[in-house]
Amino acid sequence: MSLPKRRFDSLIIGAGGAGLNAALRLSAADARVAVVSKVFPTRSHTVAAQGGVNAALANVLPDDWHWHMFDTVKGSDYLGDQDAIEYMCREAIPTVYELEHAGVPFSRLDNGRIYQRAFGGMSQNFGGDQAARTCAAADRTGHAILHTLYQQNLRARTHFFDEFFAIDLLRDEEGAILGALVLEIETGAPLVIEAKTTLLATGGYGQVFRTTTNAFINTGDGMAMALRAGVPLQDMEFFQFHPTGVAGKGMLITEGARGEGGYLMNVRGERFMERYAPKALDLASRDVVSRAIATEVREGRGCGEEGDHVLLKLDHLGRDVVGRRLPGISEICRTFLGIDPAEEPIPVFPTAHYAMGGIPTDRLGRVVAPARHGPEEVVPGLYAAGECACVSVHGANRLGGNSLLDILVFGRAAGNDIIQFLKEKPNHRPLPDSAVEPALARLARWDRKGEGETVHAVKADLRKLMEDHCGVFRTEAVMAEGVDKLKALRERIDGVRLRDHSQTFNTARIEALELDNLVDVGMATLMSALYRQESRGAHSRVDFPKRDDANWMKHSLYFREGDRMDFKPVRTKPLTVESFPPKERVY
Amino acid sequence: MDAAEELRRLRWQCRRGMLELDLLFSRFLDACYSGLSSEDKSDLLRLLNYQDQILQDWFFRAAVPADVRLRELVARIRSVHC
Repeated sequence: MSLPKRRFDSLIIGAGGAGLNAALRLSAADARVAVVSKVFPTRSHTVAAQGGVNAALANVLPDDWHWHMFDTVKGSDYLGDQDAIEYMCREAIPTVYELEHAGVPFSRLDNGRIYQRAFGGMSQNFGGDQAARTCAAADRTGHAILHTLYQQNLRARTHFFDEFFAIDLLRDEEGAILGALVLEIETGAPLVIEAKTTLLATGGYGQVFRTTTNAFINTGDGMAMALRAGVPLQDMEFFQFHPTGVAGKGMLITEGARGEGGYLMNVRGERFMERYAPKALDLASRDVVSRAIATEVREGRGCGEEGDHVLLKLDHLGRDVVGRRLPGISEICRTFLGIDPAEEPIPVFPTAHYAMGGIPTDRLGRVVAPARHGPEEVVPGLYAAGECACVSVHGANRLGGNSLLDILVFGRAAGNDIIQFLKEKPNHRPLPDSAVEPALARLARWDRKGEGETVHAVKADLRKLMEDHCGVFRTEAVMAEGVDKLKALRERIDGVRLRDHSQTFNTARIEALELDNLVDVGMATLMSALYRQESRGAHSRVDFPKRDDANWMKHSLYFREGDRMDFKPVRTKPLTVESFPPKERVY
Repeated sequence: MDAAEELRRLRWQCRRGMLELDLLFSRFLDACYSGLSSEDKSDLLRLLNYQDQILQDWFFRAAVPADVRLRELVARIRSVHC
């Protein structure tokens, strides 16, 4: 089959902060760069990041990148790779200045320097007083960064393929990545994009859970493409949840609601946090509150027709307090639930927010996988950065202000390394037809006609299954049952049929391809969570409640072929400074 | 362009960077698309061309669109409950 083909030096899949920062480096170095995005680039999920970017600029209080490094290693519950963390914390400073010069409108101090705010988990002097390290552009930092990078890329003549969906990576017999097969959503036409390097920057996959803060686009496309190309996913058991999302929808109800005196209630009207955290009550740490809510629901004390959530009660605070101090919550409740929180309680459930795991890379953004000569061999021509990657700087738990930093620093690092790669290997490798066939077969599978289940039904079951069996309440029995159910669900995919086989803007086909991806990353998450028999950071097991450094201070790796698990050591040696040895994580 | 294709196009334009906008637009399409006039559809397309942060401000009342028709459309989208 003869397919249209385009050739570029570098292909970037995903147009959030990581992809666009890499693209800008490359275009500025006169490389021919293609950015493929399934939605218009400024609709990428980076736009939703409000918090800010950590960098030890010391504009407000004394600071040092080494202190930032300490906080990040500790925050990761000692699972982060210390070479990558040192690199990120050092490079944070020039990265923020670069963004400033590119035009990001950071909030300012009176003296004109970049304003920096305090954020949880950040300290001065290795665990001392609170640090002020987070640079922000008001409450819309992600938006400001994304728009600035997009505009700069237009100026640098980056080639954008807007509303193109990446089907799969293309690779030759030696395992080198040669580009990707993509689909133009408007016409339904496949296109081969041949490239000397390919960067996956497709973001997270929160949509695998029923209740999530993630946008609809966060379906783990890049991670699943890596899996199908034989690359494992690393540390997928680590997923951050917020205790109070709007039940069944996911939007965050800020912890400020409980800070103002709001409390949680089960179907019997009991203030159940009294049983789980008698002193801290509803202000206990996130994981404790999340698990308490999940336990109430599991044990039949949930609210609503399905008994699948608890209630957050604010009405006793009075209309004045709710309206004045929690205006955002009032708006969310009125808009999405049709209720006034000053009169009625809010249905809530833990909401999936951020994936620490992903495609394993080194600190240069190169994808690494176990091969003949060790656990970290470079996959030729393949890079990954941002939430879809696991470099690993967040380890078992990410600190606020480090996610935007991660995408920017490692997008930039990948761009720099690709420039070097292109100098050393200026020619395209041959692209055999056989490299395109598996991707075409994946696409053609969805042309099958006839009766069958719907994408919508299987997706809803998947998301509920992941919430029930791999959410915040994790035990051997719960997760082993989940794996069996997910294997059965995976078999059902073969029987799913599309009703609509049109070519133009066939969004049903895109949703089917996304479902394939969600099932793959869901299995990676569930298998990895079942495999790790300890509690560390965001992975909390009821049956293994302690961290176990002797047996489990190692990264997990999930391979799609045979649903196989493996592991590799944590890189505890930084680049230039002494290691931070594991200690109990107390704040 | 037939009505089905028009709806598919619109549905993809409703894929945004923020969950809140995804939910607002998708439930509006599900509940109201069949009753939209051609003028309404053209207003919806205009609205979808705005940046996510601006839309968020409008939907959550941090700001109000200067255009009267867009103001009415924002109120209509907000008022759909499911």
